[in-house]
Amino acid sequence: MCNRNPKSEIPPGHRHLRVGGRNPKYYTWIGWTFFLITILLGVVVFSLAVGAVDLPLRKAFFLLTKGPGTPEYAILFEVRLPRILLGLAVGGGLAISGVILQGMFRNPLVEPYTLGISGGAALGVCLNIVADGPRVFGPLATPASGFLGAMGIIFLVYAISARGEAIRLSRLLLIGVMVSFMASSLIMLVMAVTRTEDLHGIIFWIMGSLEEPSSSLIRVTLFISLGGMMLSFLFAVDLNALSLGEEEAFHLGVEVDRVKKTLFVIASLLTGCCVAVAGIIGFVGLVVPHLMRLLVGGDHRILLVASYISGAAFLILCDTLARVVIAPTEFPVGVITGLVGGAVFIYAMSRKSYSF
Amino acid sequence: MVKVEDLSCGYGKEIVLKDMSFEVKTGQFVGLIGPNGSGKTTMIRAISGLLSPQKGVILLNGKPVSRKRRRELASKIAVVTQSPEPTPPFSVEEFVLLGRVPHWSRFQLLETKRDVEIAERAMTLTGISSLSGRGMGKLSGGQRQLANLARALAQGPDLLLLDEPTAHLDIGHQVHIMRLLKKLNTEALTIVAVLHDLNLASLYCQRLILLNKGRLRSAGHPKEVLTEEIINEVYETSIVVKEDPYISGPLVFPVQ
Repeated sequence: MCNRNPKSEIPPGHRHLRVGGRNPKYYTWIGWTFFLITILLGVVVFSLAVGAVDLPLRKAFFLLTKGPGTPEYAILFEVRLPRILLGLAVGGGLAISGVILQGMFRNPLVEPYTLGISGGAALGVCLNIVADGPRVFGPLATPASGFLGAMGIIFLVYAISARGEAIRLSRLLLIGVMVSFMASSLIMLVMAVTRTEDLHGIIFWIMGSLEEPSSSLIRVTLFISLGGMMLSFLFAVDLNALSLGEEEAFHLGVEVDRVKKTLFVIASLLTGCCVAVAGIIGFVGLVVPHLMRLLVGGDHRILLVASYISGAAFLILCDTLARVVIAPTEFPVGVITGLVGGAVFIYAMSRKSYSF
Repeated sequence: MVKVEDLSCGYGKEIVLKDMSFEVKTGQFVGLIGPNGSGKTTMIRAISGLLSPQKGVILLNGKPVSRKRRRELASKIAVVTQSPEPTPPFSVEEFVLLGRVPHWSRFQLLETKRDVEIAERAMTLTGISSLSGRGMGKLSGGQRQLANLARALAQGPDLLLLDEPTAHLDIGHQVHIMRLLKKLNTEALTIVAVLHDLNLASLYCQRLILLNKGRLRSAGHPKEVLTEEIINEVYETSIVVKEDPYISGPLVFPVQ
């Protein structure tokens, strides 16, 4: 223990903390942000270039100037780019929901889906498909029912746990998990009595995909995701205080109850939107926050930004892999996020001592 | 500075403190003593505003604590609770800097140079400057308590509340913390500390408040509170009190 490298005593992200003058911590943060943005841009370019039809990068830039009309242009900007934008919105949104909830609950196992949001959304979509919603109300019926299902569950969980003045977090968590189980039981019930052709639709939706034909829906999701990011950033300092515990945060002047409620609503809305559009894409909201905590440290002012960018990059990369590995057929993206995310995380954990 | 008037409070229907009245004057170092479950921690929570009174009132400089805004209160009262279980994912300096948060405006996200200076001063005062880059998880119990104290001092409070600041510490660290508190007290910081060690309380506090079963049993100079009769009755044990000629206060010893 005593002859350990002294550098390992310094938590990640703060190696240059004590140089003096203007707080050098901020330069480190800016450095990380640029580094991760570079990775994100790299992933985006890679994702644009590869696929069932190979488009060399030079050609892609040439197409930009030549303008629309060609089939390559259509592939690039009407097929691949919308998927990338949705990947950005969903990956980033799920990642910061994970950061918010893990920080708030001070529990490393919490992720956006723990509170029953995914179960609610899946149940909504399930009922919608069985009731022939897509045929009656058009293609937007699926995301709408998913969103309604998610919000319904969240409202239920919140209402049960908020009885009395303050919401108790441990109670909220337990009720969320229980409601989640009940929702999946109901889904199984619905699936057991449904027709085979509907079953296929339900299973595909549950596996999650970034395939979304409606460009306005993608725009709305992107808007909500970026908005949620900015809003939660305003609570970064409160989250730092909350990670000492609720009582400590109270003594530091945080309006604990109001902050908890607001953060809970932000995280639920973000997750609800992501799930409604893209289905249940697991692991992003669990693994990315942990990896970023290893990389940049526990301060939420950088953790939120870093998690958003890398969550987006991670999901876009996984989706690209899902598209190309067995092209022209596709893997469900959830398979890739689970495999890649789990492997990377276990590797990182085994390399470094990590306390949540 | 703090005036508790006819206070009753507790958790929901369970009333822990009953009809409590006392006063802490500016510049005093008050020890809050009493058996386990007598309501000491609840008293700290009530003064800090975490629990609102069900009856009576707590005044801080003449104004009710329960009506003050959170941030305003947190820049006047700092609390060192019994160390929370999971270690926060911060370095010592980041942890101490969190003490500046009550002074920030609502949407301020970055600390100022002054915040960093104040945090550094707090760390120097508590003797943990050399640890500032270290992770909170890598501190010993004593160092961690010093970090808690530094964070509380960074809040720049008028009143410091401590809940068992010497619990789980060896005698060296216990004395170190108590001396530090004494020094801060002479520099015009009012202190109310929950203490289990009656001898430490006697040695360092100017005034003791003894709670028993949620009521105030006795308050005053250690000589008035730490008598064999009172302590034996409240703690349901048998002790003897000895007055050491070299030390100002009475000392309590258990007898077989």
